[in-house]
Amino acid sequence: MFAKSSQRTASALLRSTRTQCTSNPSIAARSYATVNTDIFKPTKFGGKYTVTLIPGDGIGAEVSESVKTIFKADNVPVEWEQIDVSGMQTGDKHTEELFRESVSSLRRNKLGLKGILHTPVDRSGHASFNVALRQELDIYASIVLIKNIPGYETRHKNVDLCIIRENTEGEYSGLEHQSVSGVVESLKIITRAKSERIAKFAFSFALANNRRKVTCIHKANIMKLADGLFRNTVKKVGEEYPTIETNDMIVDNASMQCVSRPQQFDVMVMPNLYGGILSNIGAGLVGGPGIVPGCNMGREVAVFEPGCRHVGLDIKGKDQANPTALILSGSMMLRHLGLDDHANRISKAVYDVISEGKSRTRDMGGNATTHEFTRAILDKMETA
Amino acid sequence: MFANRCLAATAWQQVTRQAPRQLFKPAFTQTPSRTYATPSNEKVAKFKGQKESDGKYCVTLIEGDGIGPEISQSVKDIFSAANAPIKWESVDVTPILVDGKTSIPPEAIQSVNKNYVALKGPLATPVGKGHVSLNLTLRRTFNLFANVRPCKSIAGYKTPYDGVDTVLIRENTEGEYSGIEHVVVDGVVQSIKLITREASERVLRYAFQYAQDVGRLKVRTVHKATIMKMSDGLFLRVADRVAKDFPNVVYDSELLDNTCLKVVTDPTPYNDKVLVMPNLYGDILSDMCAGLIGGLGLTPSANIGDECSIFEAVHGSAPDIAGKGLANPTALLLSSMMMLQHMGLTEHAEKIQNAIFKTLAEGKTITGDLGGKAKTHEYADAVIKNL
Repeated sequence: MFAKSSQRTASALLRSTRTQCTSNPSIAARSYATVNTDIFKPTKFGGKYTVTLIPGDGIGAEVSESVKTIFKADNVPVEWEQIDVSGMQTGDKHTEELFRESVSSLRRNKLGLKGILHTPVDRSGHASFNVALRQELDIYASIVLIKNIPGYETRHKNVDLCIIRENTEGEYSGLEHQSVSGVVESLKIITRAKSERIAKFAFSFALANNRRKVTCIHKANIMKLADGLFRNTVKKVGEEYPTIETNDMIVDNASMQCVSRPQQFDVMVMPNLYGGILSNIGAGLVGGPGIVPGCNMGREVAVFEPGCRHVGLDIKGKDQANPTALILSGSMMLRHLGLDDHANRISKAVYDVISEGKSRTRDMGGNATTHEFTRAILDKMETA
Repeated sequence: MFANRCLAATAWQQVTRQAPRQLFKPAFTQTPSRTYATPSNEKVAKFKGQKESDGKYCVTLIEGDGIGPEISQSVKDIFSAANAPIKWESVDVTPILVDGKTSIPPEAIQSVNKNYVALKGPLATPVGKGHVSLNLTLRRTFNLFANVRPCKSIAGYKTPYDGVDTVLIRENTEGEYSGIEHVVVDGVVQSIKLITREASERVLRYAFQYAQDVGRLKVRTVHKATIMKMSDGLFLRVADRVAKDFPNVVYDSELLDNTCLKVVTDPTPYNDKVLVMPNLYGDILSDMCAGLIGGLGLTPSANIGDECSIFEAVHGSAPDIAGKGLANPTALLLSSMMMLQHMGLTEHAEKIQNAIFKTLAEGKTITGDLGGKAKTHEYADAVIKNL
């Protein structure tokens, strides 16, 4: 009891300092250098990790409810700090504030589990919160794991690939302008520093996860300078990893190969937009956005979110959503924290339920609701 | 004093708020008369060629490199067997450098300009400095603004996907492939994606018109306007406006991510739609759709321009099997069917097309890439027999 209250005051204190810091950036810069470099790992209070939970829009609330239930049932030492920020246009000034709060919460906890925030299409709408969050916290690498789930048949067998995507520049730079009426320029930025960073990430990831090959995806035959820089940088970094095979492929060919022979790919590394395209193609191969987990890594902050980033507004509130993607992302987070026992127990239960095939959500051809599916996982965890 | 300033501010706001609108309107009202906005019977990229005295249309034939001559020969044989009213005019497009720029020989340009239509085999871009890809040069020379890529499952060739029948139209002149790039400082590159109202309107209008012509009365734009609000946003807004001129066509739009996901999961819902999109998305998605039905050897392609149109096989020139009689001419054949349809010779197109599909479905005389043993000319003979 005492510990809990003291923890609360501590976090309140932290929050107040944070707001002071943002009002005075020079102080923030100074305090980072002295304090934050020492605390690299997520902090543990009272034996529990505090994790920022952003349910997101669409199906977010339902699937994160399911994750919370499962984590609680398994006594996972995680305390949620939930922030219900939304990208929907409500005309509410509060939205921006919540967004700031989620950024500072993530910065504080260094760890987040996140659903997807909706981005309005019309021009009066705000920029994407998803993109802003990644840029703000410099969460530069996105990892999407595309793998067949045993027992769930799709058109392609033995797919096991991993898409690593640069998250902070490229086509998503957000730099656009209208030169004259009816002529719009949109800038794609590729820098050597960030290309090198993502390349190093990809190769170390491949090495750490016993993967053999890294394929660089680009369009350097047309964008000779921009994608050329990316390709050459990846190639150069690859030379430092002689045990890993390196090759490259043009993005249109890669998407064609993906739908005809996806088994040839292992780790793929690419700039921002191509990552969006290929992770969706990949999700289509193994059974849809509901089952593909993902994670976004920065130097300090790691945010775990479903791999192909679909909001699912159409099935919002209908209790049809498939929570698998977020649950598996959650168990990736547990592995990141070194809580492998919990992670294994949870992901095994999910895989077992799916391969048994008695309880599956609608996107997987079943008729279970989100709640029933979650119940089935809980039962499985109990009997195991 | 304070009140004064407030007043001034509002006045300024009014000016700034109205100014763009005033600038905007004339642009709208002027363009219709000048360019494509006249929806009346004027069709975009209408075929203007005339029959010659012998009752035949003259078509420029660019045989291409590698396997090009072999597969062109098959097309010629099949056309003459089917009595198609086509006369071929072969030209050479080996690139020449004019003032340091890659260009194609003037005779070839003249020929295409005269005939308004060309059929093209695969071209190899010479390696070396100073050469822009020949395909790009052709596109620029004849201002080929729209690339039409239908993909249809072929009976007799099994892939994980059945019943695919997608049509994709891609803007071909700007977007990410504008070729405007520069190094800002060492290690920082900017590449510009260019979207203009004029080019967007042209390709969109063509897409709607194509939808009407082929009777697929649903048009869908694919975009990423959540992120690229201005550029893809412009494309979307133009689409909304063009759609109003085609009340019998159902129009909607979809986010690129969703399209990728859905096409790969199950392509059949796209069987009644025409997809239209900016350059890069079109490039990636059209190749992906080709992957669904078994690769580029089976997909035709049309490049539509204001005046001239070029129909081509999009696969490579395969120098390794050139001259061995192993090449599969299906892509070029199907492209030439699109050409016949474009020229209004639908009967001939249907007749030949049925023969091709029949031959492929029988699966007895198919080429090596489809798992058969037939030579190029044997395959052509089989098609002729099925006519």
